[in-house]
Amino acid sequence: MIALRLALGIGLLFIVSLIIFGATELLPGDLAQQILGQGATPETLAALREQLGLNDPAPVRYWNWLSGALTGDFGVSLSNGRPISELIGARLGNTVFLALYAAALAVPISLILGILAALWRNSIFDRAANAGALTAISFPEFFVAYILVLWLAQTGLFPSMVRINPTTTFGDRIYMTFLPALTLTLVVTAHMMRMTRAAIINLMASPYIEMARLKGLSPLRIVLRHALPNALAPIINVIALNLAYLITGVVVVEVVFVYPGLGQLMVDAVSNRDIAVVQAVALIFAGAYVALNLIADVLSTITNPRLMHRR
Amino acid sequence: MGFATSVLLGLAGLFALAWVLRAGARSILTGQSRSIANDIPLTAAFGLLVIAIYAAVAIAAPALAPFPEREIVGGQFQAWSAEHLLGTDRIGRDMLSRLIYGARNTVGIAFATTALAFVVGSILGLWAALTGGWLDQVLSRFVDALMSIPALIFSLLLLTIFGTSVLTLILVIAAVDATRVFRLARAVAQGIVVMDYIEAAKLRGEGAWFLIRREILPNAMAPLVAEFGLRFCFVFLTISSLSFLGLGIKPPTADWGSMVRDNATLITFGDVTPLLPAGCIALLTVAVNFVVDWQLHRASGLKES
Repeated sequence: MIALRLALGIGLLFIVSLIIFGATELLPGDLAQQILGQGATPETLAALREQLGLNDPAPVRYWNWLSGALTGDFGVSLSNGRPISELIGARLGNTVFLALYAAALAVPISLILGILAALWRNSIFDRAANAGALTAISFPEFFVAYILVLWLAQTGLFPSMVRINPTTTFGDRIYMTFLPALTLTLVVTAHMMRMTRAAIINLMASPYIEMARLKGLSPLRIVLRHALPNALAPIINVIALNLAYLITGVVVVEVVFVYPGLGQLMVDAVSNRDIAVVQAVALIFAGAYVALNLIADVLSTITNPRLMHRR
Repeated sequence: MGFATSVLLGLAGLFALAWVLRAGARSILTGQSRSIANDIPLTAAFGLLVIAIYAAVAIAAPALAPFPEREIVGGQFQAWSAEHLLGTDRIGRDMLSRLIYGARNTVGIAFATTALAFVVGSILGLWAALTGGWLDQVLSRFVDALMSIPALIFSLLLLTIFGTSVLTLILVIAAVDATRVFRLARAVAQGIVVMDYIEAAKLRGEGAWFLIRREILPNAMAPLVAEFGLRFCFVFLTISSLSFLGLGIKPPTADWGSMVRDNATLITFGDVTPLLPAGCIALLTVAVNFVVDWQLHRASGLKES
């Protein structure tokens, strides 16, 4: 069961890499021509084609690209000639740090809010939380980010730009990345909270909950001991989906806070039309997305005995 | 904060106006439209009012805007004054006028993109569900594969390849979004194609296009309309984000996303002006979400007890 799912996940990763590579084949004209522009002489064009390996047939180039990517060698940037792995290196760590930071804030907050909203269903708290969540979902990320800047950075509490380098201590990092992390938290919490609430309310209608209620258990005990374990599978899925969402959310937030991460690298590469860098970063983002969904599937299978031991 | 209070007052005013209009509609209308007016929650009435205001502003933009969209009419970053109600932007264009024209450009482009995604996605989805067999399999697996890449990342990849003009922006976002519409349209239609009346129409010898247009589409309309609202919000936010990143609609065309980016420096000085376009985006998205919520509620036949 789980082995099958893992095999499917690896197959999916393979297809994703194929799409990302295949997209460049759609490029109108020739990559070498793109880089050098119209004024290039035939000799320099031929030389660059040779250097980029454009004369090889597409399957060979795909194989070279993929095997390179798997060993951490993504080739060189088309706009400045630096190795892409060098560009990605530190930025990957920064982006992962920001996403984990936001997740560490968002997951507990949204679970608690979601459970409370389900517990006090249709109360003022529930209605306020729902309206707040719907509003937060509707806001563009940069709007949330700038409101926080206006509100918290203006007073000098937190820096509005993140200047981190390898020597920054962990404590400073936490402090300096607080605003970007809070922005991401606000954006994903809304969604996670709504889904948690829906999952629990759905379960609260089942007969065994009715039974527990008739036995005279306290509402909190019913939610925590009876409803929550069975709601774990949908909740895990929601968390994974939102972590996957964080991956794309970081792109905008990194630009707002001038955070040296992968998202900013990708945006710069898109405006320079540096296809090699875009491909590499897209592969990392898409890979993380597929992996998170895979982990969610496996975890929700493990937490559900009926799926785990299927007859 | 004086500004925050005035925003809250403005929103409260809109809610009050929505309430008054709803009360008016209840007393004037009769028949079926009367029952809708009776049924509509205040949030949805507010949403409809806001959408109507946006549409009016977008249509009447040249008449409403005090200055032309692209002309430099003053100094850089002028403060709010009687002449320039919301001041001027980074190179001296009138903020209010650009905000008004933005309703036309940003919302118009987002709407066109959503409509395109819907036409392509739903026709393919209904067709796949109707035909079944290998066509369905090929299209569905292809869409599954495309959907395994996050939408924003895939859009960025395609924009790198095809360049960043408004036309490619519309086509790229529509293509990425059509995959999501396809999924829903196919799922909805699969419940419909097994009905007897479809079988009867097939036996009458009707073609696929007639079946899609006259038999399936009318029955699949309700979920598709609600989905249109949700998709519009999504497309609208994506396009604004891309414009904000400098990869979507570009100056001198007035666009809310790029206006935020252009004037963002003011925010660090405590000026709220650059937030206004972002606020316009947020307000419209909230309004559409309210209306969609109401429609979904109506379609599912749920009643608040």
